[in-house]
Amino acid sequence: MLLQLDAVGKAFGGVSAVDGVSFGVAQGQVHGLIGPNGAGKTTLINLISGLMRPDRGAICFDGQRIDRLPPYRVAALGIRRTYQNIRLFPAMTARENVTVGQHTRRTDTLLERLWFSPRVAAEERRLRDEALRLLARVDVSDLAEVRASNLSYGDQRRLEIARALGSEPRLLLLDEPAAGMNGTEARALGRLVRSLVGDGLTVLLVEHNVRLVMEVCDGITVLDFGRVIADGTPAEVSRDEAVIAAYLGTDDDQAADVQETIATLETAAGSLIEPAPAQGEAPRPGAETEAR
Amino acid sequence: MGWLQEFYNQNSSTINFFGLNAILGLSIYLTLAAGLLSLANAGFMAIGAYVSALLTIHGHWPFWAVLPGGALVAALVAVPLGLPVLRLRGVFLAIATIGFGEVVRLFFINWDYAGGALGINGIPQQTRWYHIFGLLLVLLYCFWRLRGSRTGFAWEAIREDESAARTMGVNTTFYKLLAFVLGAFIAGLAGGLQAHLRFIVDPNDYGFGEAVDILVFAVVGGMNIFVGPVLGAGLITVLPEALRHLRSFGIQPGPDRTLVSGVVLLLVILFLPRGLVSLFTEAPRSWARREEPVAPPA
Repeated sequence: MLLQLDAVGKAFGGVSAVDGVSFGVAQGQVHGLIGPNGAGKTTLINLISGLMRPDRGAICFDGQRIDRLPPYRVAALGIRRTYQNIRLFPAMTARENVTVGQHTRRTDTLLERLWFSPRVAAEERRLRDEALRLLARVDVSDLAEVRASNLSYGDQRRLEIARALGSEPRLLLLDEPAAGMNGTEARALGRLVRSLVGDGLTVLLVEHNVRLVMEVCDGITVLDFGRVIADGTPAEVSRDEAVIAAYLGTDDDQAADVQETIATLETAAGSLIEPAPAQGEAPRPGAETEAR
Repeated sequence: MGWLQEFYNQNSSTINFFGLNAILGLSIYLTLAAGLLSLANAGFMAIGAYVSALLTIHGHWPFWAVLPGGALVAALVAVPLGLPVLRLRGVFLAIATIGFGEVVRLFFINWDYAGGALGINGIPQQTRWYHIFGLLLVLLYCFWRLRGSRTGFAWEAIREDESAARTMGVNTTFYKLLAFVLGAFIAGLAGGLQAHLRFIVDPNDYGFGEAVDILVFAVVGGMNIFVGPVLGAGLITVLPEALRHLRSFGIQPGPDRTLVSGVVLLLVILFLPRGLVSLFTEAPRSWARREEPVAPPA
C-alpha cells in the first residue's frame, strides 16, 4: 500500500470528525472516498496533507510515518492536493501558479541568479516548458498568462490540478474536483484522472458526483459520521446496505421505500458499472496522445 | 557638470534623504512582498544607527565595517523576534511590531552608555551620496533578480495564500523569517548611513511616526513591484521641499505646507490605489489587456 491509514482519529472539541478510520490506497490506483456531507472526508484530506495532526492513529506513506510532519515536508515526499474551495494564488498567472507548484524541484539560489548562472537559467527554461505542457494537459494552455482570478470556475479547478502536478507527485489528493462542473466537464476530468494514473500516479478522490466515482475509481471507501462503513470495489460498495442507508436514511416507516430504492440503485449501479470499463478504456489512448 | 554640482550643493540633504528613504521603502517592501505587515523597520533602523555610531566612536572601526556591523546586529535581533511574532497575521502583526519599535526606543532612551534621551552627538560625517545611491542601486539589482526566483515565488505564494503555499512544499516559517531578517538588515544599513550623514542619533527619531512614514513610502509608491517604494519615497521626500516654492502663491510654510502635503497623499491614495507605480505599469497593460485572451464564461 502506498498510503495506509491506521485507526486515525481527529476530534474538534467534543465532535469526533474522524473516528478510527483505517484503509489503504495501492500504488497506481484511483481510490474514491465518498460519504454524506459532514462525514469527515475533507478532514481526512487535511490530515493526510499535514495541515492537521491526528489525535491518534498513524498515517504511513510508502512505509514512512507522515502524521507528525509539517505540510511542506509531506509535500516534499510527493503528496499534493487540491482544495474543495479553490485555493489558487489569485493575483498570479496560470503559469506562475504551476511554477509555485514546482517549488520543491527548483534548486536556484538568489546568489546564482545575481550572476546569471547558466545552470539556473537552463533549469528555469526546462521547468517553464514543463509548466506549459501541464497547462496543455488540463486544457488551459491558451490561458497561461491570464491571472488565475480571471479564469472560469472549471479552468480554475483544472489549473489547481496542474499546479499540484508541477511537483511530479506520487500521490494526488483531489478534494471534490468536479464540484460545480457539468456532465461533459466531469467526464473530461474523469478521463484526465485515468490518464494520470496511466502515467504511474496514485489518486485519492473525494467526490460527491457518484457517477464519476463509480466510473473512475478502482476502490472506494465510504465514510459516515467519521467512520468507515464500507470499503471495496465500486460494485461491492454500491450494493452495500449500510451505504444505501447512510445516503437515504433508515426510517421504519420508509422501509418499503428504501427496499424499492435499493432495487433501483442496484439496477442503476449495474448499468453504470457494466459500461464503465469500456468508457474507461476507450478515451485513454486519446487522452494520452493529447497530453504529448 | 558644473550645474549638476551646483544642484547637488543646493539640494544635497533632500537628495540624500530621498536615497535613504528609498532604501527604507525597499526594506518594508521585502516583508510586504511576503504578506507580512511589519512596522518593525524603524526599530531595526535605530539598532543599525546606534550600533554603527557606537562602533565608530568607541570602537574606532572603519566606516566600511560599521555599516554591515550595525545591520548584522539588527538582523540578529530580528531572528528571535520574528520566530514568535511572525505567527501573527495582518493588523495583529502590525501591532506586535509597533510594540517592538517602542521597546527599542525606550531601551535606547534609558541606555546611558549611548547618551540616554539625548542620543549620540558628534558622529563623524562619513556618508557620501555615492554610498547611499550605490547601495540603492545594488538593492534594486537584487530585487530585480529576485523576481521569478524560487524565493521570490515562495514569498508571493505566501502573500497570496499561506495555507496553499504550505501544501505546495513551501517552508513558510523559513521564508517569512528570511523576509523579516533581510528587511531588518536593509533597515539597519539605512540607519547606519543616516547616523553618519547627520552627525546625531536621537532615540525619538525612530518611534511610531517613522515606522508609519516607512509604510507610507510603500503604500503611496505601490506594493506590486519593487520600484514602487522608491517612487513613494521620492514623492514624500521631495514634496515638502517643492512646496516651499509655493510661497509666492500665498501658501505659508508650516501648517499650510503640511496640509497641502496631506491633500496630495490623499489624492494619490484615492485615484491611484495601486500607488504611483501604476502610472507606469497599468496604462500600457490596460491596452495589452484587450489583446489578452479572456476566459470564456463557465
